[in-house]
Amino acid sequence: MHIVVCIKQVPDSAQIRVHPVTNTIMRQGVPAIINPYDLFAIEAALALKDQFGGKVTVLTMGPPQAEPALKKALSFGCDEAVLVTDKLFAGADTLATSYVLASAIKTLHQETPVDLVFTGKQTIDGDTAQVGPGIAKRLELELLTYVSRIVSVDQAANSIRVERRAEGGVQVLETRLPALITMLEGSNEIRFGSAPDMFRAARAEVRVWDRNAAGIEDIKKVGLKGSPTIVSRVFVPSPRAQKAQQIEFDAANPEAATQALLDKVLVEIPKVKKQLDQTRDNKRASRTAGERHE
Amino acid sequence: MTQNIEKFDVIVVGAGPAGNAAAYTLAKAGKKVLQLERGEYPGSKNVQGAILYADALEKIIPDFRDSAPLERTVIEQRMWVMEDESYVGTTFRSDRFNQMPGNRYTIIRARFDKWFSEQVQKAGALVICEMTVIALLRDAAGKVIGVEVDREDGKIYADTVILADGVNSLVASRAGLRDDIKPAAVALAVKETIFLPKETVEARFNLKGSEGVVIEMLGSISQGMAGTAFLYTNKDSISLGIGCMLSDMKAQNTTPAELLEKLKQHPSVAPLIAGGETREYAAHLIPEGGYHALPELYGEGWLLVGDSAGFVNAVHREGSNLAMTSGRLAAETLLELGEKGLPSTAANLARYKARLEDSIVLKDLKKYRNIPDTLHSQRQFLSDYPALLNGAAHEFFTVDGQDKATKEKAIFNAFRERRSLLGLLGDAYRLWRATR
Repeated sequence: MHIVVCIKQVPDSAQIRVHPVTNTIMRQGVPAIINPYDLFAIEAALALKDQFGGKVTVLTMGPPQAEPALKKALSFGCDEAVLVTDKLFAGADTLATSYVLASAIKTLHQETPVDLVFTGKQTIDGDTAQVGPGIAKRLELELLTYVSRIVSVDQAANSIRVERRAEGGVQVLETRLPALITMLEGSNEIRFGSAPDMFRAARAEVRVWDRNAAGIEDIKKVGLKGSPTIVSRVFVPSPRAQKAQQIEFDAANPEAATQALLDKVLVEIPKVKKQLDQTRDNKRASRTAGERHE
Repeated sequence: MTQNIEKFDVIVVGAGPAGNAAAYTLAKAGKKVLQLERGEYPGSKNVQGAILYADALEKIIPDFRDSAPLERTVIEQRMWVMEDESYVGTTFRSDRFNQMPGNRYTIIRARFDKWFSEQVQKAGALVICEMTVIALLRDAAGKVIGVEVDREDGKIYADTVILADGVNSLVASRAGLRDDIKPAAVALAVKETIFLPKETVEARFNLKGSEGVVIEMLGSISQGMAGTAFLYTNKDSISLGIGCMLSDMKAQNTTPAELLEKLKQHPSVAPLIAGGETREYAAHLIPEGGYHALPELYGEGWLLVGDSAGFVNAVHREGSNLAMTSGRLAAETLLELGEKGLPSTAANLARYKARLEDSIVLKDLKKYRNIPDTLHSQRQFLSDYPALLNGAAHEFFTVDGQDKATKEKAIFNAFRERRSLLGLLGDAYRLWRATR
């Protein structure tokens, strides 16, 4: 089984600050980490490798500085790492990124057929959750998003069964391979790599591919040129500083507390009062109308 | 499934200045070196003021100035003896420090250690982070033959193990190579890195270009405990910290955070950091037990270097230079043994101690061997004298119609009242003895 995991190196958002004047993100000195959601994808892939054998290839598009993220993935037990990097890729949005990653996966597929592609649910810097589905569409892979559990893989039937978290419940889905899965957070826990894996990772050579090696066919589809997304404005949401209030509750007199709460709501949220007043007026109006009919 | 990891010439535990100096020197000479660091990256766990003393590093990497991330060249050294609202100070500022290759630099350790580790890796050592050594491996005769790490299949073998794992040296303590550290032998230091625009730093301290200032402080700021404080200028930040003996903090029930907060509010310090933004808060233990507290420095197959050996000169605020020097000397000892075809037995590793005794490391520690005891038993040096000195200065520099002879007499009487004539003479003698 050949599994490809797409990861992204992101700034540790827990340590990011926004410049108070220019509103730009201050990245200086902020450590880079593997996108936390991608760790669930890596672990899911490694667990399948434990079960069925084969290899896990970890793939990223990024600047040369993204190499440590790939090495880290190797230290967990991934077998190979590919960094797709090219000056032309700078400024890519999700459309251009999915094109580059899809091209690279196609190239990997020619070396060793790919059965499964994993990504995290989304990244913590872009939060779009678009790249995984974009790759699936481009490669015509079956797409399983927000997967919380891999239930089983039937190699003979070339199919996979997963649980998918959906609004109001869990869907059990089955589809054929090859497929692309985006893993939900909390679905597993990344392993603590063994000492030999750590040594292998420390010495491993990351394969570095430029646009030619990655098999990019149309350079108009990469980087800033291939990115129709326009960032119109970046702003810091103003903090919502509403103080919590306490209402005394006397068990003997619950009506008082209810009345106090209602009074507060009506004062704090004028819209509610307006709506209530309107409803009352309407009722009164219709009642009056009804009376007239009688 | 047990996989064997190949054997190394030397395993260095820890990627601080001592470990890096040892690993670099050995790898550069062609030895097969493995360096293990428990932190996420080299420097992630390391804390220092921080001043880099060029000499120690120059002897390891002569052209370090070309690539190392240095903040500012120290051209001015201030020494403040403080009272609650004042200080009496000395300043040495010399443009000569600008003319020669810098002698001392302020650095930010997270950046510096990363750079140092890159040099170690370029020299050919294998550096692995996020791997914690939990035990030493020994043969039947008790000789250390490798380490065991906190991961599956984690036994790794080597001819010699250099322990550079810092002040706690959990590995050495656990292996019974040295005692656990005692509260009376370590200082607990805390510091904040306070960011200010580069121009503000330069204006407040009268600096141009990459010039920097160091202020060492003692007196009432340590609230009678044995301790000192510091302020260092970086490019666009100020490192401000204070440290006191752990045993004193325990006895006085004081937290380091309180001390630092008071220091920040001191009228002489506050204007220097006003408007700055604290972006980093760090705390660390410093082995300040001195010469008398040194553990065994070597044994069958192992060596201690840097903080784990207790190489800190508390009087001169030197530690990282002694760490680097001891790391280099440990490496040179092993290279010498290698050339002569000698194994890493305790008898042969005794050459390491001989090298230390012949160097700044043990010479300086020996010179100040009685300082820790003197400061512990003679509190007047850190409480009475700073107060007297500041009182004297206030008296002397207040022009109020009183004649100077009367003022001098009043000052002398204040000293005599607080310490008595014999006490004063005794203190002078004690200070001379302790620093002789």
